[in-house]
Amino acid sequence: MNHQRRDTLKAGSGLGVLGLLAAAGFIKPELAHAAWNQAAFDAKNMDAAFTAFGAGKPAESADIQITAPDIAENGAVVPVGVVSKLPKTEQIVIMIEKNPNMVAASFAIPEGTLADVQTRVKMGQTSDVYAMVKADGKFYVAKKEVKVTLGGCGG
Amino acid sequence: MASPMRIRAAAKDGVTEVRVLMSHVMETGQRKDSSGAVIPAHFITELTAKHNDKVVLAAEFGPSVSTNPYLAFKFNGGAKGDKLSVTWVDNKGETRSDEVQVA
Repeated sequence: MNHQRRDTLKAGSGLGVLGLLAAAGFIKPELAHAAWNQAAFDAKNMDAAFTAFGAGKPAESADIQITAPDIAENGAVVPVGVVSKLPKTEQIVIMIEKNPNMVAASFAIPEGTLADVQTRVKMGQTSDVYAMVKADGKFYVAKKEVKVTLGGCGG
Repeated sequence: MASPMRIRAAAKDGVTEVRVLMSHVMETGQRKDSSGAVIPAHFITELTAKHNDKVVLAAEFGPSVSTNPYLAFKFNGGAKGDKLSVTWVDNKGETRSDEVQVA
């Protein structure tokens, strides 16, 4: 008996079920990603990315802290952390301005989860790293420049 | 099926800190192999973390996330022995779910 699989099915988020269906070849992977914000992840410039999230022109905020190295020796693995002190933070999005796919990750923060996430991203070249935060229905943004000595994208 | 995730969940002073290390190639679709053919994109698109049955984090990833993605976050509540599960789905429809007990 595979309990994990049961849990996945029971989870009811639809994600797991769709994934399994896609794996089984019933539906194309593209369809399984209806929830995935295609427009945002395909965005080629910051304005398009903001628009895809429905953010318009987010206001700069000093209440968003980005933890990232000033100089990243290896662009393939750049640790980036975002902490938002804005009340009612609902979403955190990490964007790298000069990457071909600028939106790296988007986190939905439900109530009870702290607005404090860390991950690792690839950076093709020296760029500004943006953290966009949706708090109480409004969008805010902060940025930090990270210098890359060795690119992480491309051969 | 992809390799298992390494998940650590530790409760301290009413806050549970979760760290997840996934095993995934996270291919961007930008790179080329030695013969010049583009290596197709293959990356995790969605990730859901649950504490017992409550979603504590839902994430969407793009190809800019590093190979073998790392993720850390914190949520209020959580006690020793609680169930914490993480599930991801990638752009090829592959999925993986792992579960640990909060320590």
